[in-house]
Amino acid sequence: MTTFLTVIVALPIAALVWASRADGVSGFWYWIRQPEPVAALKLTLVVALLVALTNAVFGTLIAWVLVRDEFPGKRLVNAVIDLPFALPTIVAGLLVLALYGPDSPVHVHAAFTRAAIYLVLLFVTLPFVVRTVQPVLHELDTQMEEAARSLGARELVVFTRIVLPSILPGILSGVAMAFARAVGEIGSIVILSGNRPFHTEVASVWILNQTQSGNGTGAAALATLLLAISFLVLLGVGGLRWLATRHERA
Amino acid sequence: MSITVRNVTKRFGTFVALDDVSVDVATGSLTALLGPSGSGKSTLLRIIAGLETPDAGEIILAGEDATSLTPQNRGVGFVFQHYAAFKHMTVRENIGFALKVRKRPRAEISARVDELIELVQLKGFGHRFPAQLSGGQRQRMALARALAAEPKVLLLDEPFGALDARVRAELRAWLRRLHEETHTTTVFVTHDQEEAMEVADSVVVMNDGHVEQVAPPRVLYDEPKNQFVMSFVGQANRFGESWVRPHDLVVTLEPNGSTREVLIDRLVHVGPEVRAELVRDDGERLDLQLSRDEADRLELAAGQIVYVKPTRERVFD
Amino acid sequence: MRKTIALSYLSVVLLGPLAMLFWRIWAEGLGKAWTAITEPDTLHAFRLTIEITAIAVPLNTIFGIVVGLAIVRRRFPGKGLVNAFVDLPLALSPVVVGLSLFLLYGRTGWIHLGHVQILFALPAMVLATVFVSVPYVAREVIPTLREVGDEQEQAAHTLGASGWQTFWRITLPSIRWAIIYGVVVTTARCLGEYGAVAVVSGSISGRTETATLRVQNYYENLDQSGAYGVSLVLGLIAIVVLVVMTLLKPKEGTA
Repeated sequence: MTTFLTVIVALPIAALVWASRADGVSGFWYWIRQPEPVAALKLTLVVALLVALTNAVFGTLIAWVLVRDEFPGKRLVNAVIDLPFALPTIVAGLLVLALYGPDSPVHVHAAFTRAAIYLVLLFVTLPFVVRTVQPVLHELDTQMEEAARSLGARELVVFTRIVLPSILPGILSGVAMAFARAVGEIGSIVILSGNRPFHTEVASVWILNQTQSGNGTGAAALATLLLAISFLVLLGVGGLRWLATRHERA
Repeated sequence: MSITVRNVTKRFGTFVALDDVSVDVATGSLTALLGPSGSGKSTLLRIIAGLETPDAGEIILAGEDATSLTPQNRGVGFVFQHYAAFKHMTVRENIGFALKVRKRPRAEISARVDELIELVQLKGFGHRFPAQLSGGQRQRMALARALAAEPKVLLLDEPFGALDARVRAELRAWLRRLHEETHTTTVFVTHDQEEAMEVADSVVVMNDGHVEQVAPPRVLYDEPKNQFVMSFVGQANRFGESWVRPHDLVVTLEPNGSTREVLIDRLVHVGPEVRAELVRDDGERLDLQLSRDEADRLELAAGQIVYVKPTRERVFD
Repeated sequence: MRKTIALSYLSVVLLGPLAMLFWRIWAEGLGKAWTAITEPDTLHAFRLTIEITAIAVPLNTIFGIVVGLAIVRRRFPGKGLVNAFVDLPLALSPVVVGLSLFLLYGRTGWIHLGHVQILFALPAMVLATVFVSVPYVAREVIPTLREVGDEQEQAAHTLGASGWQTFWRITLPSIRWAIIYGVVVTTARCLGEYGAVAVVSGSISGRTETATLRVQNYYENLDQSGAYGVSLVLGLIAIVVLVVMTLLKPKEGTA
């Protein structure tokens, strides 16, 4: 088991980190400081953050509606949420391009813009927050809300002081995963963003281009940075869960 | 604050939980809603609290129609069977919640919380989380929480049902004492007739969405209105057309007028009492209860033939 | 009110693009799409995708079960690290995955297997696909194992069952649906993989081009009907996967 994990995951990662320091630490910093990769990284992080926040709000809302409300076709809607998990990302990019590109049937022409990146990432990251919040909402003891009402709390207070703190760990881990996914996404973006440097080029596309044009070191440098972000996100999610559930430990 | 329930009906789908129920609860009383599962007692309590709305009928609190008031505005304190503790808040935060949402000053909240923690004997646990408390402690916290805003009515839904026997007994006595101190109108739901009889001044016996009888425990026991109430609130033997309590059977060693012959099938000593299972001449089984001294005097033993007749009986039409 | 907002958001974000799939096919014409789908290079791409998936899924299924059992039932040093590495592919960019493999097996890399070509050939593509799909079976198996508990296994041992028998007859059946669900999700992930394979394969049509790479190829060569044709096939497969996932969910316990 550990051999499998080492060969498949650990070794390649080690090789990556090793390669990024191939030109020495100064080489690493050189590449991290170049204007083009910096711009790409900035764009990536900003869009990912916006996407994560959008999902925090809408994902929670959708989860709430799916758990607490009734409407015809609910089971179908619940099933469709997983579509972005099932659909290849390249197809997602193609379809969003068709929807908002030059031949858009709704006359929105956002292709090859930053807005397009934002829109396609919303598609790709949709399931994350919804699926992490749903089970938590399901388990929530509605009697806590009843107790709060009987003690005089208005509906908004019931939500902010009783429900939200209880579902916050779910929201946060969903948001973190959505963020990490958005930072690393390639398939859906590569066609529809036009990949214009300093405009619509994201970090993952820059790395791809550098790799294909032989700049292994540069690519490795930025890739290692993305790797570090991924690790931080995983750590963050673990830490958040631990913090949020400390009141459950006797 | 007095509570009047007037012609309340509640349906869940096709199931009728309450059927035209009317009850009066006097100010300052300690009332039990007693009945088997499905009798509608919890539903009635929740309707009084505003956690459910009736399909028909009114709830009148202190003379005012409260039927359309939200739970927030009824001035009731509610205690749940499974505590409904705010898991992410400390004991102090739980107890102080009602005052916090009423935006009372921090110092006032703190003082009141201290007072209540003292009252429910949770001193030293203020900064713990509910998960770190035992069941009995959690329920005491829930009680303190409900009392914080000085509700005019205290409603408890099978408050001791999830606790073990010894803790249950302690908390029952404690609730009684609390009521004697505060005189808050209190209504609690239970399926345990012993609990109702021991704690309440007035018992509402419910069955199948109806009220069978409302009376103080003693009256309920000695003068039940029908067979259901008699069998629910204590043991009862069928004796021809009438019903007799096990301790209302007098035992003689010789036949004597209207006595019936019985065989003692089983005899057990339970502390100061002796309980026996009797088989009558016609095959009917009876339960007998008498004092240990009486049993010794008669030298009762299993397998013996004796004669019994009721000293008190109830007949229902 | 909130129902309206939630459903509107879903329509715009989710259903809009999905509808485009059928709209575009209809616009391009099923005929042209069919021609593209049945081209030799495209058929090869589909075959290659299936081949890679057929290798990656069983490997990760076995791994997922083994690592799941180890994490839940055993104590060993470095468990946290193992857990982190298993989850890593979920948070990691596929391009970073591809690059790391490129560096490991490339000219200046650490691993060389003599005559066997790894990069720009099937082995690297399989390695890339396995890497990105490592977590899925494990993440389904782990919570289920935790929930089920090991009492049944203890009972089996007291009744005389060996380790292997207990595994086959008790443990495996108890996580059966979690495994199946994990396999479905893994398969979907493998079929849809793009970034990592794009880096390590060189995208050589007819040789190292998978279905997803083929879509990009068509698009960049301005062959719309080709791109949408292959997308339609992939989209239909995705819908089937979705249906299967939905049917399995209640059994798996994530209602």
